[in-house]
Amino acid sequence: MARLVAGVTTSHVPAIGAAIDLGKADTPYWQPLFKGYEPSKKWIAEQEPDVIILVYNDHASAFSLEIIPTFALGCAAEFPPADEGWGPRKVPVVKGHPELAWHIAQSVILDEFDLTIVNNMAVDHGLTVPLSLLFGQPQEWPCQVIPLAVNVVQYPPPTGNRCYNFGKAIRKAVDSFDKDLKVMIFGTGGMSHQLQGPRAGLINREWDTAFLNDLVKDPRKLAKMPHLEYVREAGSEGIELVMWLIMRGALDEKVREIYRFYHVPASNTAVGHIILENET
Amino acid sequence: MTTPDPFDDIPGTTLFDAQRSRQGYHLNMFCMSLMKAENRTAFKADEAAYLQKFPMTPEQRDAVLKRDWNTMIRQGGNIYFLAKLFSTDGLSFQHVAALMTGSTQEQYAQMMLEGGRPVDGNRSKSEWKDRG
Repeated sequence: MARLVAGVTTSHVPAIGAAIDLGKADTPYWQPLFKGYEPSKKWIAEQEPDVIILVYNDHASAFSLEIIPTFALGCAAEFPPADEGWGPRKVPVVKGHPELAWHIAQSVILDEFDLTIVNNMAVDHGLTVPLSLLFGQPQEWPCQVIPLAVNVVQYPPPTGNRCYNFGKAIRKAVDSFDKDLKVMIFGTGGMSHQLQGPRAGLINREWDTAFLNDLVKDPRKLAKMPHLEYVREAGSEGIELVMWLIMRGALDEKVREIYRFYHVPASNTAVGHIILENET
Repeated sequence: MTTPDPFDDIPGTTLFDAQRSRQGYHLNMFCMSLMKAENRTAFKADEAAYLQKFPMTPEQRDAVLKRDWNTMIRQGGNIYFLAKLFSTDGLSFQHVAALMTGSTQEQYAQMMLEGGRPVDGNRSKSEWKDRG
């Protein structure tokens, strides 16, 4: 049977991708950030996951305002990097896992999570930057990836509670997949940041730290947090953090915290990263 | 909406809600068109003519031509769509964020290096009264 062994959260700032792609990772500005991911790269290389379910948001790349799915699951065999206005990132094409993806779609829809099935989708920095942070610059990504795009651009995004329960439904789907696969789930985006308007540049380290603590020990409390608190305390784009609750919902109630990293700034953003393993 | 929107109390912040999405649809779809290299070339060759292809308001077109980012946001532009426009200009999120806050690039970069804009004093419009 498929086993969901671990969850990873990380920010997905586009400037991080640009720093990697343009060979700036060793500069004084970026070096502390990449150093913070070294233990994670080592950890995931040892873990060798077969499939990653990668929760992220599309930034007006695959989805414009024409169609705005709240939850969209990538069921295709591959997903090309998107051209976000400066040409596609020169990273490998993302290979999907159609069989598991379709199984998840079927299972969660019958569980009343009416997601959108996507068979043709370019993936932007929201998905490729987390892969770069964990795997560096390989010729091919070392595992298959199932993209799960969540709308956090058009208000309202799904509630934290919906995301948390959706994570639980995903877990049930993975547990019932009849193939021996080692599966991980990534929740990406955040932490505190605001990219727009006169309040741009907002960072809230104290709030982010409390969020990380609760993510590990009291996710049900986080699931009750209203959107207003995210926007006020963590900035207009801090609302991306609801996606981390999908990751958390898919893990056991009790988890082991393997690693944590927090760094300010990456461009306009507070970078948060945590690795959690199921105890079972 | 008839009840006061609590999001409106957050200073210097525009929520991309239903109303803004309707207002900014064509502005954002113009930005979206810049994801294609040939459209970027056409836009750069004659910006005003290219904008005529999209049924935007005169104010929206004017804000695009002037690269007035705060006005574009007020007119329903969403930052991730506007990113296609400033990427076409070769600008970064940080560069445009600095412009929107009225800081110089140096001041803004320094603020971020020092831990960003603090949340204290920036939670409610009542704390921004002195800013006029």
